[in-house]
Amino acid sequence: MLAWTIYLTFIGAVALLLLPISVRAVRFTALATALAGLLISVIEAILYHAIAFQEPMQIIVRKDWIPDLGIEYLLQYDGISLVLVLLNGIIAVSGILFSWNIRHREKEFFSLFLILIGAVYGVFLSFDAFLLLVFYEIAIIPKYFLIAIWGSTRKEYGAMKLVLYSMIGGGMIFFGIVAAYAASGGQTFNLEVLAKFEYPLLFQMIMFPILFVGFAVLAGLWPFHSWAPTGHVAAPTGASMLLAGVIMKIGAYGALRVAMTFFPLGLDYWRGPLSVMALIGIVYGACNALVQKDFKFVIGYSSVNHMGFVLLGMLTLHEIGVSGAVLQMFSHGILSGLLFAVAGTMVYERTGTRELDHLSRMMLSRKIPFVAVIFTLTGFASMGLPGFSGFVAELQILIGVWSAFPWMAIVAAIGILIGVAYNLRTMQTVFFTEPSPDHVMEMPGSSVISLPEKLGACLLISVSLVVGLYPRILLDLIYPSLHTPMMKALIEGGGH
Amino acid sequence: MTDISQLALSILTAVPLFGAVMVMVLNPGCRHYSKRWSLGFSLVATFGALLICYGFEPGKEGFQFEEEYLWLKNPVVYYHLGVDGISIVFLLLTALIIPFSIALSKSPDSNPNLYFSLLLLLQCGLTGTFTALNFFHWFLFWEASLIPAFFLVRLWGGRQRAATAGTFFVFTMVGSIAMLVSFLALYFALGTFEFNELAEFGRQGLLTEAISQHVEIAGLSANKLSVLVFSGVFLGVAVKIPLVPFHSWLPDTYTQAPTPVTIVLTGVMSKMGVYGMIRLLLPIFPGQIRILQDVLLGLAVLTIVYGAFAALQQTDLKKMLAYSSINHLGYCALGIFASVTVVGTEVHWITEKASALNGVVLQCFSHGITASALFFMVWILESRKGAGRKLGGFSGLRSKAPVFCGLCGVAAFASLGLPGLSSFVGEFLIFKGAFSLAPTAALLSIPGLLVTAVFLLRFFQITFCGPCPAESNHFADLNSKEILTAVPLMALIVILGVFPDILIRLINPKAIEIIAHLAP
Repeated sequence: MLAWTIYLTFIGAVALLLLPISVRAVRFTALATALAGLLISVIEAILYHAIAFQEPMQIIVRKDWIPDLGIEYLLQYDGISLVLVLLNGIIAVSGILFSWNIRHREKEFFSLFLILIGAVYGVFLSFDAFLLLVFYEIAIIPKYFLIAIWGSTRKEYGAMKLVLYSMIGGGMIFFGIVAAYAASGGQTFNLEVLAKFEYPLLFQMIMFPILFVGFAVLAGLWPFHSWAPTGHVAAPTGASMLLAGVIMKIGAYGALRVAMTFFPLGLDYWRGPLSVMALIGIVYGACNALVQKDFKFVIGYSSVNHMGFVLLGMLTLHEIGVSGAVLQMFSHGILSGLLFAVAGTMVYERTGTRELDHLSRMMLSRKIPFVAVIFTLTGFASMGLPGFSGFVAELQILIGVWSAFPWMAIVAAIGILIGVAYNLRTMQTVFFTEPSPDHVMEMPGSSVISLPEKLGACLLISVSLVVGLYPRILLDLIYPSLHTPMMKALIEGGGH
Repeated sequence: MTDISQLALSILTAVPLFGAVMVMVLNPGCRHYSKRWSLGFSLVATFGALLICYGFEPGKEGFQFEEEYLWLKNPVVYYHLGVDGISIVFLLLTALIIPFSIALSKSPDSNPNLYFSLLLLLQCGLTGTFTALNFFHWFLFWEASLIPAFFLVRLWGGRQRAATAGTFFVFTMVGSIAMLVSFLALYFALGTFEFNELAEFGRQGLLTEAISQHVEIAGLSANKLSVLVFSGVFLGVAVKIPLVPFHSWLPDTYTQAPTPVTIVLTGVMSKMGVYGMIRLLLPIFPGQIRILQDVLLGLAVLTIVYGAFAALQQTDLKKMLAYSSINHLGYCALGIFASVTVVGTEVHWITEKASALNGVVLQCFSHGITASALFFMVWILESRKGAGRKLGGFSGLRSKAPVFCGLCGVAAFASLGLPGLSSFVGEFLIFKGAFSLAPTAALLSIPGLLVTAVFLLRFFQITFCGPCPAESNHFADLNSKEILTAVPLMALIVILGVFPDILIRLINPKAIEIIAHLAP
């Protein structure tokens, strides 16, 4: 049934383009499609809870596609995929809610939005490397248009930079996958089979960084992260939410599922340098977020900071660390989505500015208290306070880091502290500054918060709270999946 | 009854939380309701704490009212609650001070609902901290209590509230994250977050070995590594108490916060740090404390002496009391560190150590009530029109406000440790233990005791004695409402001074148990 998340979303996208319906109907159709996808993934997740420990790997569809090359149409999932599918569903729904008052070419916007969502579902569910790559490339195209048409602040530049980075990443992935396919005898693109094959050491040492970096570009791995801040800033809110919420997760997911399982020996060789890069990303992203003048840039760099934790957690190869990385993917998806919604829609549409200096003169906590409360809660969640999803994830990652690279735990803790500082600074400047009377600026827009905005914000923050207080909802999905033959080899290969 | 008693602590934590939500959604039209409702909810929690105290059997080994459920599998985390003779004292203190602070608060003009519900949230966080027996669970509440405190200072504080609240938050977070990272290292090495199990490792001296087996940083030796881990946890609690030199957030925060909030900060939140020392540092890291004992005792002495002399310099009454809080909590640190120093299992040593530890807990409770009472007096001065809270802003009030003068005198004398009032017993027990366990440190702390007497007496003399200037002619004495608010604290100050056994009866068995477990 999970395959219907992909199909339904694509059907919705096509229907929006073809049917002659009003703007209102367009919005509701898009919302209904996204809700259907979310509903399916929630039901599947509940069903999966019962069987997770016996049968962590579930095949949905398996058909020959191009038999001559051994390419199959293979949709399959385990708990890791399922967690990310859930994330995608939630982000889709809230992204549409926060794009409710898009005023320009609504049909195309929602249609492209749904295509992107559908393709991301596809990436998370494909277990055939070729199919995965197809979905990956489908996801790139709508990103460009979403940013270039509906974006702001150097939108063409941001869109082009993002697409070029994705394309280069895609090229590296393609090269890596084909090389693995050829080296393993050219029989199949099945991820599990390719992961089982033992490639020669030298081959692994050369191919691993190509494949890993190809994916990790999208995950914002330092120093290949620079598309992220500009792209996030240029994108319209809905698209920023998708970019930070799920597109970055495609990168991290691919790095874990494909690159790391394919080439364990290469991983062993490159693990040190790569985790140092992840660590630099944590500190560098946090430091940059601390000094930005644009509200959205702060959040853009905070994504680099948080994704650094994801990558570092994966590279620990420790059971708890890797599960923390998956949980952090989910948590960061939810929280960065909400942060972009606040900066891009709830604040920007009312104030017309994203300059922290201007915002600080508007006394926003008095004018839009709802937004102030939401942003404060999100800020606390994002700095990793207990009770919110980010805490459990960072806690698990740090336990893993203690096992793999103890000294890095101390540096990462400093990264968390800088995270506290920039979140606090942003919160203070944007919402709680009291300007001297001659500096006060009026807030041009209306102070009424619309119903879709309220719904979207409450959905995201409550998900973060629920996961933070009862993380087993997701951890019970993730753990069994770390014991499938595919992931087990990885975790037992390293760690201790 | 059995069913309810199995959930008693969860309910006790949930009542203020529920109250906070209720107060938040109350109709903002009638602002006095939020104060009355929140007072009601916190008094319900007080009643609950008293019931738990009534049902508590002193002398029974281990924890009572325990609740334990699996919360997370990986890492293994239990929802684990329980009270023992020490945590129940802190629980009572929370239940006493929060309603006092609420009763004292004037409904602020902006957002009274939020103000009172934050106070209730703080009560929830504190209750949770004092009952949790699993690090994960404990840390959740430890941090959760920081958020309401931050906002209470940030939104309703004095003129420099923005900078002050930020400093307060960042200092505390630095400590918390250091502590978190250390505990993660412990989890990684030992595989548990349970305080009991960690203490067992500490007692058998296996901690150092286990850490060095699993963790390696830059070739540090096993001892240094365990000291590093200890330092992280130490930093977390030391910032909260605070010990000098981690104190610099405190004077401004206490001064800028609205006085009822300062009362909670000094009365209960600073005790979180002491409680953390008793619950975490003492049982888990006795070996590491011994390695660092000179430094730690030095810090305690520095805190005591520096706090007292700094208080002597202040002209702002709130600042003076803030520094005096630093000074008083320094005695607690002295008692705790002294109780680990000497290695020996003779009855004599056990008695001295237990005496110091009893003193520490008693001092916590007693400082909680006396400091609150003193800040209450400053609050009265502040709220009467006139010279604000500068030392010397008032004089000769004795003739105008005899009741106020009398109560203030009781609080001031209690704070400087006059026999017959509550603080004397705590300080006496701490020094009794410390003089035989760590004589040098105890001796060096003496100036602190003396100077405390100097600045408190000076305050009393300037404010109440001498001629009364014309502008103070209309200074109104305490009205019946104010007296009613102050009476419970005042009564406790006297009662505890005369019958300290009400609390020692609870504390002593547990103190002896902890001390006995410390013996190598």
